[in-house]
Amino acid sequence: MTELLVGTRKGLFVLEGEPGSPFDPTARAFPGDEVEYALRDPRSGRLLASVTSPFYGPKIWYCDDPAGDWEQADGVALPASGDAALTRIWVIVTGEADGTLYAGGDPGVLFESRDGGASFELNRGLWEHPTRARWQPGAGGMCLHSIETWPGEPDRLAVAISAAGVWLTDDGGTTWRRGNDGLVARYLPEDAPTDEVALCVHRLQRAPRRPERIFMQFHGGVYRSDDGGESWIDIAAGLPSDFGFPLAIDPADPDSAYVIPLAADIDRVTPDGRVRVYETRDAGGAWTPRGDGLPAEHAYLTVLREAFGHAGQGETLELYFGATSGAVFGSGDAGASWFEAAINLPPVLSVAVGSSA
Amino acid sequence: MPLVRLRGPLKRMAGDRAEHAVDGRTVGELLIALERAHPSASGWILDERGVLRQHINVFVNGELGGQDTQVDAGDRVDVLPAISGGR
Repeated sequence: MTELLVGTRKGLFVLEGEPGSPFDPTARAFPGDEVEYALRDPRSGRLLASVTSPFYGPKIWYCDDPAGDWEQADGVALPASGDAALTRIWVIVTGEADGTLYAGGDPGVLFESRDGGASFELNRGLWEHPTRARWQPGAGGMCLHSIETWPGEPDRLAVAISAAGVWLTDDGGTTWRRGNDGLVARYLPEDAPTDEVALCVHRLQRAPRRPERIFMQFHGGVYRSDDGGESWIDIAAGLPSDFGFPLAIDPADPDSAYVIPLAADIDRVTPDGRVRVYETRDAGGAWTPRGDGLPAEHAYLTVLREAFGHAGQGETLELYFGATSGAVFGSGDAGASWFEAAINLPPVLSVAVGSSA
Repeated sequence: MPLVRLRGPLKRMAGDRAEHAVDGRTVGELLIALERAHPSASGWILDERGVLRQHINVFVNGELGGQDTQVDAGDRVDVLPAISGGR
């Protein structure tokens, strides 16, 4: 049984099912509010959700039973003395240290929890970075959307901000440096300074078996880093479009990655009316379309950056993605075949696997 | 003292009480006093800067007001979600 946590424009949906058949909704929470992301911390079993009420602002909530009472996490706010207010929390991830979680938000901010998500604290190193005044938002705001931990090394993080590029820390977030060498932004002049920070990274995913390797979906480009995010190699050749948002990887195979290309970049729907996931098993040397069971005609879907989750590994890797159409698709065989897990949800913002057994 | 009236989740966050007599000379001062009395309501009406959230409306004795609207003893302040926030 697999549990999916699907964040939508109209609340959180918990779906359960077996790969290959439609999933059943077992709980809904926060009706009417945007749920950007939800995850189940595998260490504690606790559920956490980032929720943005159009009226009451962004919050992080946590609970042990999604159908029960949720509690609001403390500390999810910017300094009261500042000019900015927190707009939303884009993602929550588990950290390497016990009880540690991270949350990324708009405007380009990182929060850390050391008590399993009951309270969070703003990362001051990134908040007070001297280049912050030059950071620019993307179309979705200035979102810190990717937080990639380094297995076994809790002080090492790579984060990405749209549109302020990749930032790396080796000291638990006290200091941060750019990790943008090799990225080419077609929306900037050719003679833009090499330290330009207006780089619209859409998603990062680290390969846990080879943590110096990170894959990136860029705003026009797909890249790979083999040095922990310091520099990047273009691996988009062979894709129908190098634009898109989400990424997934097979944790067992550091040469694997999955992307969902969208027609670049004004259109932002699946190209040619066909929904296909593209897989590489040689670190981006070649890409293979995986569309068996996915809509093959008249299908113009948009899949957002957090709407591609995975669980397991190898031949039984489970992959799930959701579209703003309200459909969720799944694969229980590493993308070889696909099925409809759900079809009539509100616009999907995020998909995460809560548990799989 | 002016009376602040809340509904829905705001009522729940403020001790599950709909009516709150709080002291202040402006709507903003009333809301700050309300947050102090009910910390769980912090961040729900005013953001962390103390600015009234974009899609919250305040009405003083039935008329649309703002954070700086003056209030007197006996005034009624309704805090309501604005229709502009729906989608």
